[in-house]
Amino acid sequence: MAADAAEKARGKRAALSFAAVALVLGLPLWWKTTETYRASLPYTGISALGSLRFQLTVPVAVVFAKGALPGAQWRRLPFADTQEEESLLNPKTSVTARYETTYRGATATEQAALAMATVQEADAALLPLQEDLVGALTVYVIPETSLLLPQGVGVYVGKHRSAVMRGTQGPGDVLAAISARVQQIVQAMSFTTDSITTALSDRVPMDQLGTDTRRPFKSSLGYEITFSLLNPDPKSHDVHWDIEAAVNSYVQPFLDKLGSVANFSVDSQILYYAVLGVSPRFDKASSSFILSALSLPHVINPVEARLGSSATSLYPVLNFLLYVPERVHSPLYIQDKDGAAVGTNAFHSPRWGGIMVYNIDHPAPDKAPLPLRVDVDMVRVMEVFLAQLRLLFGISQVPLPEEFLLESPGNKGLSDWELDRLLWTRTVENIATVSTTLTSLAQLLDKIGNIVIKDDVASEVYHAVASAQTAMLELASGHLGSAFQASKEAVTSSERAFFDPSLLHLLYFPDDQKFAIYIPLFLPMAVPILLSLVKILREAKQSKKEPMKTD
Amino acid sequence: MAGARPAPRWLPAAAALLWACCGSAATDGIQDQAEQFFRSGHTNNWAVLVCTSRFWFNYRHVANTLSVYRSVKRLGIPDSHIVLMLADDMACNPRNPKPATVFSHKNMELNVYGDDVEVDYRSYEVTVENFLRVLTGRIPPSTPRSKRLLSDDRSNILIYMTGHGGNGFLKFQDSEEITNVELADAFEQMWQKRRYNELLFIIDTCQGASMYERFYSPNIMALASSQVGEDSLSHQPDLGIGVHLMDRYTFYVLEFLEEIHPASQTNMNDLFQVCPRSLCVSTPGHRTDLFHRDPQNVLITDFFGSVRKVEITTQTVALDPNLVGLETRVPNDEMATEPLKYAEQLPVAQIIHQKPKQKDWHPPGGFILGLWALIIMVFFKTYGIKHMKYIF
Repeated sequence: MAADAAEKARGKRAALSFAAVALVLGLPLWWKTTETYRASLPYTGISALGSLRFQLTVPVAVVFAKGALPGAQWRRLPFADTQEEESLLNPKTSVTARYETTYRGATATEQAALAMATVQEADAALLPLQEDLVGALTVYVIPETSLLLPQGVGVYVGKHRSAVMRGTQGPGDVLAAISARVQQIVQAMSFTTDSITTALSDRVPMDQLGTDTRRPFKSSLGYEITFSLLNPDPKSHDVHWDIEAAVNSYVQPFLDKLGSVANFSVDSQILYYAVLGVSPRFDKASSSFILSALSLPHVINPVEARLGSSATSLYPVLNFLLYVPERVHSPLYIQDKDGAAVGTNAFHSPRWGGIMVYNIDHPAPDKAPLPLRVDVDMVRVMEVFLAQLRLLFGISQVPLPEEFLLESPGNKGLSDWELDRLLWTRTVENIATVSTTLTSLAQLLDKIGNIVIKDDVASEVYHAVASAQTAMLELASGHLGSAFQASKEAVTSSERAFFDPSLLHLLYFPDDQKFAIYIPLFLPMAVPILLSLVKILREAKQSKKEPMKTD
Repeated sequence: MAGARPAPRWLPAAAALLWACCGSAATDGIQDQAEQFFRSGHTNNWAVLVCTSRFWFNYRHVANTLSVYRSVKRLGIPDSHIVLMLADDMACNPRNPKPATVFSHKNMELNVYGDDVEVDYRSYEVTVENFLRVLTGRIPPSTPRSKRLLSDDRSNILIYMTGHGGNGFLKFQDSEEITNVELADAFEQMWQKRRYNELLFIIDTCQGASMYERFYSPNIMALASSQVGEDSLSHQPDLGIGVHLMDRYTFYVLEFLEEIHPASQTNMNDLFQVCPRSLCVSTPGHRTDLFHRDPQNVLITDFFGSVRKVEITTQTVALDPNLVGLETRVPNDEMATEPLKYAEQLPVAQIIHQKPKQKDWHPPGGFILGLWALIIMVFFKTYGIKHMKYIF
């Protein structure tokens, strides 16, 4: 009996110890070993980035030439002023435009520059006197009677980051009178609320999608530009184009200027026997062939299959095609939807590229042997291609009033302030993209608990958050160049983190499958332990009752 | 689903009709259509066509996918924008009595495996993992461009899937499944990264409608060949090939698509009517509640074709050729180079008259040695070891 009781006691202790080991050691061990490795992420930083309060600071210097201000106001110079304009786009996004204006008088060298014969020369002379800061603007105010600006021109916007405007003559407060005009100039040369809102079109859904939002390429780290010459009739035309020299002289300066924005790779090719998918109509009135605007959309697809693209690069491709029509279809003109001939004889497709038709003069058939040698006039072609390139990058013409004289950017293709405009919108777009990417990544990782987060993914996320915060700070302090670089780094890191191949959600188990896996493992072990525990408890309860009974 | 201006949508259409009656103003009607090009908001088109079944008797699924591929290419989407995934090779299958062909119509009328089919994921590469990687973009960096879905926020994507499916899942390669929850999550991740503008999802499997039940991302329209609880049936067997060639739903969709050309104005409502119960036996379903436009205004070519939007270039940049230090190159005639000759690719004469090469002697291999060892062992076991001394 005593042996029995001892046996039973030992059995009880054994069962209890089994249960204890299973609970204390087994359960935590199982939990730990089946947990997925998730490196820590800066969730607070990401949620802080979720609501974007942009503060875009533009440092503006307004320089008054002698005679532009009456004496009393002249003595008030130099002083600084700050103006802020806030626009709340949606509960999570707001943009504050901050113009930090310093008003000062012109120095002697500036005065000498402003006394030059033409405003172009003055602009060139003033350039070394400005601080070379990306995003900063300088407005020179000259007296109303000055002859620097031509008649009828109130404002001259130069190639770099300065503008020359005519002051107002008058007894009143000149500063107040010109401030509206200065504001207009500054907004034209940096950004307007509309342009920033367009850049944020992902976050702020817009009802009316204009062509301006859909035409330019999205901000990307690189672009591939391909120039193709299509010669459908090599028997009649022996076409030569000096594309390498043309690219080096005209396109490369433009791309060099945009070098801080993205990497570019340029290539070219010649395609023979590549026809347009549409046959042009013959127009008796002008005895030429016509491609109407409605048939243009169908031109691109048959050609696109033959264009090819680099197999290794993943950057968006811009295609520029030069089409030399066949001899039987010459001359070929493009008509717009009103039926008028198009001056450039070219058209472009949003986010794809452009096509230009190059007509050749054919001498009388017996005078020249076939094939006719054709040397393409690259200047004419590049003028059109560069215009299309500008449009596809979103560098559109700013609508300005009549009295503004815009200096053409010349061979560089791009003025400094146009580049600044692009940088403002691109920086804002990049930061918005980073915010969306990281927020959705955090949501995704939160929702699906068993995606593994590796250390390098976590470090990319940290880097992205830090760079985005740096970019916001630099924007607020007026350093556009470094803000753009920081935003580019932030986008690179966030894209790398989001698209890391290891973040694939493949571990989706429905609940019944989870049961099916664990029950055969744990049930055989758990049932004896549970039953013995139940037996122990019942006996303990009984033994507690008995002493009370026999009492 | 409701458009931005729901009520007077028929008004311009009625006005256009009236104008069209008067001959001279027909051009105005065409102008209306031209403006409509910009209403859909997309600038490029992509297609992801997936066949998930393996084995010879699932010939019809490969034929389905290849037929859709052919239609989509005909309507303008280039190969670089199509991701084609075929889980098995029917054209070169040893059981194919007509090798290098995949027919989609009985009596072998239409070969859809022509000579410019570009299959991006083939055979064992078609897995749930690769499919989800293509959709979400989480692809290893070494993947070539043709295997990626490089869409952006202005891309309309057509996703066509066919194979064997059940209530809430689609079977891949007879070994794994993709559930409707995973698919919905993948689409949501695409939306988060703005990898599509609008998405059309077509599925031709049994109980196909269960696959689109769980979608929750905006701008998705879905079509399925059968409802939950119904089977999608195949269309017609070919006695020469010995298997069923197409599924009913895809067959009628393809008949419908043959009428479409790149400039047609047919809209999605017509696609929803394709294959009624009398022809298809199963009831096709569709889902448009997540789509922001009215299906009446969605053109078939918005998804199946690739109609580009164009704008006339009106401006030029003024370039000054004098600033450039270009020396004017006198166009000289290219020097005549000597004509090039092809080297003999296959010297047949040499091969025919070759003497057979002296083969080097090799010691006998393992099998021969083993065989002889066995024979010797058996001999000595039988006749006794005492014979050894007479041999050696």
